[in-house]
Amino acid sequence: MTDLLNVPAREGNPLPGRRAVQGQAAARPGRRRGARPPMLLLVPACVTAAIALLPLVYLVVRAFEQGLGVVGDVLLRERTLRLLVRSLLLAGAVTTACLVIGVALAWLTIRSDLPARRFWLVVAALPLAVPTYVAGFAWISFFPQLAGPVGAFVVLTACSYPYVLLPVSAALRRMDPASEEVARSLGLSPWAAFRRATLPQLRPALAAGGLLVALYTLSDFGAVSIMRFDAFTRVIYTSYRASFDRTPAAVLSLLLVAVTVVLVWLEARSRGRASYSRVGGGGARDHGRVRLRAATLPALALVALVAGLALGVPAAALVYWSAVGTSGSLSLGALTSAAGTSLTFAALGAVATTVLAIPVGVLAARRGGRLPALLERASYVGYALPGIVVAFSLVFLSVRYAFPFYQRTPVLVLAYVVLFLPLAVGAVHVSAAQSPPALEEVARAAGARPLAVLRRVTLPLAAPGIAAGAVLVFLTVMKELPATLLLQPLGSATLASQVWTATGVAAYSAAAPYAAVLVLLSAVPTYLLGVRTGALDRRDR
Amino acid sequence: MFGEVALINRASKRGAFSGDLLTRSSRRLLAVASLLGLMATAACGSDTTAAPAPAGSPTAGGAVPAEALVVYSGRNENLIGPLLELFTEETGIEATPRYGDSAELAAQLLEEGDRTPASVFLSQDAGALGALEDAGRLETLDDADLDLVAPEFRSSEGQWVGVSGRARVLVYNPELVAEADLPDSVFDLTEPAYRGKVAFAPTNASFQAFVTGMRVTAGEERTREFLTAFQANEPQAYEKNGLIVDAVAAGEIPFGLTNHYYLYEKAAEAGGIEAFTARNHFFGGGDPGALINVAGVGVLDGKGDERSQAFVDFLLGETAQSYFAQETYEYPLTSGVETAAEGAPALDAIEGPDVDLSDLDSLAETLALLDEVGLT
Repeated sequence: MTDLLNVPAREGNPLPGRRAVQGQAAARPGRRRGARPPMLLLVPACVTAAIALLPLVYLVVRAFEQGLGVVGDVLLRERTLRLLVRSLLLAGAVTTACLVIGVALAWLTIRSDLPARRFWLVVAALPLAVPTYVAGFAWISFFPQLAGPVGAFVVLTACSYPYVLLPVSAALRRMDPASEEVARSLGLSPWAAFRRATLPQLRPALAAGGLLVALYTLSDFGAVSIMRFDAFTRVIYTSYRASFDRTPAAVLSLLLVAVTVVLVWLEARSRGRASYSRVGGGGARDHGRVRLRAATLPALALVALVAGLALGVPAAALVYWSAVGTSGSLSLGALTSAAGTSLTFAALGAVATTVLAIPVGVLAARRGGRLPALLERASYVGYALPGIVVAFSLVFLSVRYAFPFYQRTPVLVLAYVVLFLPLAVGAVHVSAAQSPPALEEVARAAGARPLAVLRRVTLPLAAPGIAAGAVLVFLTVMKELPATLLLQPLGSATLASQVWTATGVAAYSAAAPYAAVLVLLSAVPTYLLGVRTGALDRRDR
Repeated sequence: MFGEVALINRASKRGAFSGDLLTRSSRRLLAVASLLGLMATAACGSDTTAAPAPAGSPTAGGAVPAEALVVYSGRNENLIGPLLELFTEETGIEATPRYGDSAELAAQLLEEGDRTPASVFLSQDAGALGALEDAGRLETLDDADLDLVAPEFRSSEGQWVGVSGRARVLVYNPELVAEADLPDSVFDLTEPAYRGKVAFAPTNASFQAFVTGMRVTAGEERTREFLTAFQANEPQAYEKNGLIVDAVAAGEIPFGLTNHYYLYEKAAEAGGIEAFTARNHFFGGGDPGALINVAGVGVLDGKGDERSQAFVDFLLGETAQSYFAQETYEYPLTSGVETAAEGAPALDAIEGPDVDLSDLDSLAETLALLDEVGLT
């Protein structure tokens, strides 16, 4: 029985009976290994990976320019290792909390009869729109005693659990109910059925979301600096700010890259080689809702508490700052202009990142083997680096090799691509993996050329997921601060940089309108992401 | 097999090969995505056609007038934006700013090397200017400019000059503390009488510069002893200097270590110093607690033309000096302009420690020390 419930099946499993139980991955050959990847995808995917690896060029140059001895000195400092361990512990705690919260909220809003669950799913996704530096200021102004590891943990968890919630709720929604039903019919309790039949199918969503949270925690500077938690990124910032010496910062950044490689490898291992697609676009049967009965009130309280803390605390702070402030003399023109600039940069960043992510994601979903996997993993390098490191890399490279574009929009957009590629690559990979390759094979058999297959079959099928990835990049670019400050065109101002300007002189009431517009503008795409996960699917109305 | 046949039927019915495999919600998302695309295209279009932007007015396109003076400013946009407009009014020279953290901008300037678009660098503190000077990235300034400012507030090499000064003070609440009970030295704050009663901002650059000044004048050992005892005396950490003054004025805490001008800013917001329940106490006798630090300006190597010169002249001229005095309550550094800080002693009456401000660039050692004693 254990064997029967061991879903998902390993690839290439020949047992017909097993396929019937899964209701998944039926009648498909899965990823074709061995076949040479098509040039149409391979060449652009290599270009994307090369872009993602650009910071490494700079980091290696800077790290080794003073000789190997300095590299050793920096790495072997007691403080370096202590802070790396602290940061990894923080990342572990935040990731665990986000996984628990993400799965709990996703299950409650998708699979239970929680009252107003569609509303709650959208509300629970909204903290994605709150930058950590805004949340950090909000939390510390209400609860100054939180400063330290607890505060950093709370702020980072509150801001990043949607990275788990969204993929998990999407996976729950699309999952075929058959396996859990079979498990129940074989006598397992609801909890055991969830644990043994459902949870394993959530593995890719959990691993991908967890990886994003962990890397985000490692690279974030806003929350840890406001909470005065001495984390690894603070050492990197400090060596830029305090000693004007770029070598230690580069060495430490390379150490961060090494940690990322390990984490990405762990994620790939935990995802396994299983295949998770269904045949057909959206044909999964609807699940029945689990009745919460007496647990309804505690469940409601839990959802309201999480959403209330993650969204309510920053919102309350913004309202409070606007109300008490005397430092605000708001210029509507400046606000509109900053909003326009933010939207423009975010849109450019989202489009460029997604376009570059498509070949990598599709290739990784369709072809097994080392190269596609390697190209996909390369995209994580920039995401794990603090924004300032990526920014200095591009300063270094573009001043030397692309001077006409330095401090112009193209280089800034390139920085966003390097920083946020995995958000889009992951979305493309997952959605391409969920659409059956059989349709592409049929199209090829009918004589369509590879480009036509991509354009008319693969991309349209994966389109919702790809668009969701683009929206995720858009949201993240809206919040981005360090790279924007260093690379934005001279004389331009974004919402994020205006929030930074105002908080720099402790003019919270002047910062409030910019932060509020930033969060509100981001709430629209976040709402659409909620729609994407099926929270507002037509079937429910 | 049957599955595949059924699949093909279904697919063709839904128009799989006319690119129409979309559900309603995915169409909505695609619409959003195309909107993003349109915005992106529009932005690219405007990038090439944007008109030159006047000083201080943000644009998305990033068009900069070819003859504009590029200013990297580590000082806040709210402060410097209006000043650049005054500069343009007075000289007719357009100025285009880039704002950032002083130290990060210094690192950016080092990374850019001689291809930097910047002509001048306006820094929040002397340390960042000292680093650029050490790297040979600054021009030597005219003696005529340097001589306007007292030697202790400019580089001994003549490559940067201070434009405004700020003093470290102990801010206190006069309703909680009698003037006669004020400490003579910052070192007294480790006494039991001050347990849990002193606010400070450990991550603030001014506090760190104060510690660096103490290291330079009183030595590493004395500083380590002070910091250890200070930490043991349960000081209260605040994120920003302004918040310290708020807390002292509200009576939450009697004392705070901060810069002198925050008091006057907060008092002005609250309707005047008379009614405001906080005062500044200036330490004397060369006490490290009375360090005077400056914001300054330097001209980038190879950019020493008449426009950069005009900018330095402007900052040391009466308009800018009065502006700093009025807007920030800092000390003007050229003679003839008075501070607007009501009741503050004259700059030359403050008996601060005898420090070469260029020596305040050993911040890394300060941070290591603060980390060691747990004051972060």
